[in-house]
Amino acid sequence: MIKFPAAAAVLSGIFLVFLATTVAGALLAALSTRVIRSVCGLALCCLGLAGLYYFLHSPFLALMELLIYVGAVCVTIVFAIMLAEPDESRTAAPRAATAGWSAAALFASGGVFWGLARLAGQVAWAPPPARLNDGSVPAVGRALLTTHSLTFELISVVLLVAILGALVIARPGRSQL
Amino acid sequence: MTHLPIYEEPGVYLLVGAFLFAAGLYGLIRRRTLIGMLIAGELIFSAASLNLLAFNRFVAADPTVGQLFVLFIMGLAAAEVAIVLSIVIAVYRQYRSVSTRDLSELKG
Repeated sequence: MIKFPAAAAVLSGIFLVFLATTVAGALLAALSTRVIRSVCGLALCCLGLAGLYYFLHSPFLALMELLIYVGAVCVTIVFAIMLAEPDESRTAAPRAATAGWSAAALFASGGVFWGLARLAGQVAWAPPPARLNDGSVPAVGRALLTTHSLTFELISVVLLVAILGALVIARPGRSQL
Repeated sequence: MTHLPIYEEPGVYLLVGAFLFAAGLYGLIRRRTLIGMLIAGELIFSAASLNLLAFNRFVAADPTVGQLFVLFIMGLAAAEVAIVLSIVIAVYRQYRSVSTRDLSELKG
């Protein structure tokens, strides 16, 4: 079935590198105590996710993931960290309460992961009988401007309103100056 | 059943998606600052996107729908980040802190 087994092995190796990048980035983002390291973990995680998107036959989304998440979201969060010093002080919380919350968080997330992983492993996902198109970038562009044009315009309105709202909230206002 | 390479298995992607969701949930409970909770929320967004794309690749009949859905999720996540960070700036200006422990004025 596979004509070039060596090529498949190389591809599997690249895929595993992206997988490890995603997992390591998520762990760094969730576990590190300093917020700036957590942002770096998020950027790493999005880098790996872009690779996974490429393996899922969506090169356009891989590019957008890099552009929006690594380029825009992480940089904006870094700006916010510079403006508001968010580092958690170690001595602020009592020891017992912290351990209790840790255990509760670990229990909840572990339970969710176990359930979802079990569910994903149990079902045999059947491929569709026929595909309507090849899912390439021209097909995505055509769908974006024909079938989903209303959603596309609504997203632009949402982004505009969000930017205006962010400006209104973050600005101190004339009376307080 | 032939032996597929690992990147053609839908279960692997679903497992990574579940892991991202669990990591985001852990961070959301465990983090004590607003920005840390925002980062954990972004992880949960990523988990949803990865799941949708995996189903789009392996199960859906029209492979453009999932890609567009994930594109719209990215747009909404960007809008959410802009709003949340402006709220963080406003809260920091008011309280001189973004720790969730200090933001308890409405608590009875």
